[in-house]
Amino acid sequence: MGHAELLVELGAVLLGLAVLSRLASRTGMPTIPLYLAAGLAFGEGGLVPLVTADEFVEVGAEIGLILLLFMLGLEYTASELVSTIRAQRRVGLLDLALNFPPGFLAAIALGWGPTVGVVLGGVTYVSSSGIVAKVLSDQGWTGNRETPVVLSTLVIEDLVMALYLPVLGALLAGAGGAASLLPAVGSIAAVALLLAAATRIDVGISRVLFSRSDESLLLTILGVTILVAGGAEAFGVSAAVAALLVGIVLSGPAAEAAQGLLTPMRDLFAALFFAFVGLSVDPATIPPVLVPAVLLAVVTLVTKALTGWIGAARAGVGVRGGTRAGLLLAARGEFSIAIAGFATAAGVAADVEALAVAYVFVLAITGPILVRFAEAISAPFVRRSTAETRG
Amino acid sequence: MGEIQEVKLPGVGVRYEFETAEGNRIGVVSHRTGLREIYASRGDDPDEFKRVLGLSPDDARTLAELLGATRVAQQLADLQQRIEGLVIDWLPVRSDSPYAGKTVGDTRMRSRTGVSVVAIVRGEDAVPAPGPDVRVESGDYLVVVGTARGIEEAVSLLRDG
Repeated sequence: MGHAELLVELGAVLLGLAVLSRLASRTGMPTIPLYLAAGLAFGEGGLVPLVTADEFVEVGAEIGLILLLFMLGLEYTASELVSTIRAQRRVGLLDLALNFPPGFLAAIALGWGPTVGVVLGGVTYVSSSGIVAKVLSDQGWTGNRETPVVLSTLVIEDLVMALYLPVLGALLAGAGGAASLLPAVGSIAAVALLLAAATRIDVGISRVLFSRSDESLLLTILGVTILVAGGAEAFGVSAAVAALLVGIVLSGPAAEAAQGLLTPMRDLFAALFFAFVGLSVDPATIPPVLVPAVLLAVVTLVTKALTGWIGAARAGVGVRGGTRAGLLLAARGEFSIAIAGFATAAGVAADVEALAVAYVFVLAITGPILVRFAEAISAPFVRRSTAETRG
Repeated sequence: MGEIQEVKLPGVGVRYEFETAEGNRIGVVSHRTGLREIYASRGDDPDEFKRVLGLSPDDARTLAELLGATRVAQQLADLQQRIEGLVIDWLPVRSDSPYAGKTVGDTRMRSRTGVSVVAIVRGEDAVPAPGPDVRVESGDYLVVVGTARGIEEAVSLLRDG
């Protein structure tokens, strides 16, 4: 076959990621920053550059992003999305108002212009659903009072992404041309239609796709998702957004079974995705953006914590619960990386991706660590507020 | 029964919370998968809940039965069986009832239908064994004891006067 070299490299990559994943589960850390770091080490200008497996990893990464978004959509039903937006739109708007501007302004300050500003605003706005969900269950906080606020915020962010990515695509494609706006308008219309039709359309489709055989169901769901994503990409709509929508539309037994079947596939390809992002960033580009990345991380850690705090307070939750909510939401991850990758693919200056990688690296590590000290962090505020109520 | 608060947990299920008579707060997370988790509030932080139990759908049904879902009905049936012909019922006082705002004595329910008012349930509170000068408000429930026929008459008495 003559593929020996490819197989050896691929095996080594997977084994390397496996070691990192073990390290992550030992320490309770998210895997995303570790995979990114591994990619950096093996990429262009890294310690041991990959030669032949590069192309395979690239395709795997594409599938990884599609599966990440598909599985995210699978978690929610359309009616759940609509009712969450109704109930929590204020917190959602606050989240956007507090966490988009830091990225946007940073890009302006660095002299990268407003288009890159929209990219970086997206990077700092969106929390990592994957990291937050994992840390939430690791900490045993599912039953807490602030948890509905945290989960609703994530849902709204994911939905904003479905609207944001096509707009960003149009912005990057060519400033202002009427033709470049068409895909954006198209995907926004698709999202709106889907939510308007809410529960009605999904039942039939899910029933057609369902099969009792795991094998046929796995192939059907995977085939439909990748086909729709590819088709959307051909029409200039983001494949990731299309996958998200397919996930939202699927429901009932087909969705439940797909969740079980596709989780291992998602884990495999998502690991390749993060490693690939690391691979495509030249480590030499990181040091120059390190200072802005850390500054941005500190600022948006605070703005995100404020979002959680205010959102929780609106739901009648106290200072400690609010601190937990805020610190949970501070972690940025897969979406921020996806946005930066999207921008790079569209031909934006490579520094954005380097900055995003460094930024996510900082927040994906410090977020979950700070969460463990939520009690200590909130202690001074708790004392002050009890003193106030006493006095 | 305490007031139950219900909040959606997108992607997970629904979260319920209520306060027990002893002042503890109990949380129940009902997962979409059918898993039920029971949480109890930690004393020092009212918003933090510790997981106590995880129950499969079957476990949840068993526990519900042990905790009295069937026992309450059983006890009422026992009582009604012991005194043949005795019926216990809850009657709502609607806002258009002629007795909303009047006293128990004003209804002359006992003398007109033979039915006794043994308690008035008002929101979270209850007035047990109310005297004739206790006022009946719209939205209250009258817990009444009597014959089936008498209770039917009491229903129309509350509605039409």
